[in-house]
Amino acid sequence: MQSSSRATLEIVSDTSKTLFLCGGAWTLNTLTDVAIILESYHPISPITWDITNVTELDSAGVALWHLYSRTFKKKGIISEIIGANDDHLRLYNLLYSHPYKEEPLPKNPSWLYMLGRETHHTVQGIGHFLAFLGEAFVLFFYTLLHPSQIRYRSIVAHIYTTGTQALPIIAVSAFLIGVVVAYQSVVQLQKFGADIFIVDMIGISLTRELAPLITAIVVAGRSGSAFTAQIGAMKMTQEIDAMKTMGFDPFIFLVWPRVIALMIVMPLLIFFADILGILGGMVIAQAQSHLSFTEFIHRLQGTLALKHYLIGILKGPFFAFLIAMVSTYRGFQVSSNTESIGHYTTKSVVNAIFLVIACDALFSILLTELKL
Amino acid sequence: MSPIIIKAHNIVTVLGENLIHDHISCTIRKNEIYALLGGSGSGKSTLLREMILLQRPQSGQLNVLGFDLKSITPIEAQNLRRQWGVLFQSGALYSSLSVGENIAMLYREYTDLPPNLINELVALKIDLVGLPPHARHLYPSQLSGGMIKRAALARALALDPKLLFLDEPTSGLDPLSSRQFDTLIRQLRDLLGLTVVMVTHDLDTIHHIIDRFALLGENKVIGEGTLEEVLQIDHPIVDYFFQKGSYGIQS
Repeated sequence: MQSSSRATLEIVSDTSKTLFLCGGAWTLNTLTDVAIILESYHPISPITWDITNVTELDSAGVALWHLYSRTFKKKGIISEIIGANDDHLRLYNLLYSHPYKEEPLPKNPSWLYMLGRETHHTVQGIGHFLAFLGEAFVLFFYTLLHPSQIRYRSIVAHIYTTGTQALPIIAVSAFLIGVVVAYQSVVQLQKFGADIFIVDMIGISLTRELAPLITAIVVAGRSGSAFTAQIGAMKMTQEIDAMKTMGFDPFIFLVWPRVIALMIVMPLLIFFADILGILGGMVIAQAQSHLSFTEFIHRLQGTLALKHYLIGILKGPFFAFLIAMVSTYRGFQVSSNTESIGHYTTKSVVNAIFLVIACDALFSILLTELKL
Repeated sequence: MSPIIIKAHNIVTVLGENLIHDHISCTIRKNEIYALLGGSGSGKSTLLREMILLQRPQSGQLNVLGFDLKSITPIEAQNLRRQWGVLFQSGALYSSLSVGENIAMLYREYTDLPPNLINELVALKIDLVGLPPHARHLYPSQLSGGMIKRAALARALALDPKLLFLDEPTSGLDPLSSRQFDTLIRQLRDLLGLTVVMVTHDLDTIHHIIDRFALLGENKVIGEGTLEEVLQIDHPIVDYFFQKGSYGIQS
């Protein structure tokens, strides 16, 4: 409660005994000054706390008295209290009903322990992810044998949300990447009067590398995070547990529809990104080196071998598989506290983008070695 | 008669299309344990939320600790909020903070006390609600249902409020823990001079610790008073709620 009165503490001290004259309201809101005085007080002789004039007392007042009596006792000075009335005693007995035990602070573990623990967690995490993949594939083959269990409806719904709804953002990103690449190359190529090679530059770099990569990154940020959050929320509200008890396997109902949908959608999105990216390049080629659209397309037919396009499209399902698997896996790791959903969504996107880039690098090495 | 702490008069609440409260009135006095009862959807939690400034009624007067909630200024509201403690049904402990930090946060924000006095107070509150001392270092996700309720109660009691709101304090607890919780609430009321307002379904709680209550149903207050008084009322909801004549409370 609000109180206008203040807490007072008068210290009368000599070598044989110290008297603490306490008065006023000893409550949470008024005790700051008294606590600051006591914090820096060095007792020299046994203390008597006279609380006869304390008009109001709450748990903060009692705690203050008990804390500093203990502190002084550690310095070898005993305290006693006089003038306590029934109310004071009742409150004291409620708060300190049994002997006070000091709770030691938990020790901070050493850096070596932390390093070991983190390493162990990482290794264990890889193991868990492999186990997740294993279980997913067991159920994949199971559904192949029982095609009636495949969730077609769910797959279609996910194709809509991860594919159709992603078109605008992919269009803008791919177009801008085309613009950027064209701008940078035009400047260099013009120095050699080799403007026409802009077509080769745009055609090959976009279809083979940039369109798949930019599509995968947008999808990881957009759909990967959504998958983790959706499954995480279901985990928190025990919906996953409910599904399991009803015999609905989460892999069949939640994981595979997302993975399959994304694997179908990704090559299509990459194709879409190819077109928009090349369009972006065409616009810049015309603006900067007066290369008309017809000339551009004519040249493109000559230089862009089918294999570049096919390699780009082929990466799609692989990227999609990685993104969908990682993000659903992270979704299942969400625990019951509210913070973990954000934590795992972040992790899922970071992991997905990393895996996509690593996978892309692997493709580059592999295809170069195969002379493709 | 002890002074009135909360007075609701002709409260009307409409949520979307639904009429929740149709001119509801009730009075809560100092130092009593008062309950808002009623079936699911009877608007008791809504009424509680209106008392703690989380929701506003469409019309009617609501007076808490002398403040008229309709014309309260933001500064007064802030003042009022420091004078009560609220225990939510699911605890609503901040999951990123340990139990100790959940409680200490209030002291840090609202007082300038030195850290070791705050530390002492946190230990006291944890002990007061019957949690073991090491619980202060645990995070909400590591606690059982009963411990969460106790930790949330400790947080509600942190600033030594005179008014305590409890939303289904015993739901999800086993019968023994429920009775212990009831006893704790009553002890705190007696010793700290609290006024307690709770929403509950628990017939044992109603029987053992509630002084007076309001029974809500059909958008109205069907009865207000002590258990004996309300049981006198002849109304199907009273019969249904207290399972009169079957295995419920005998009058």
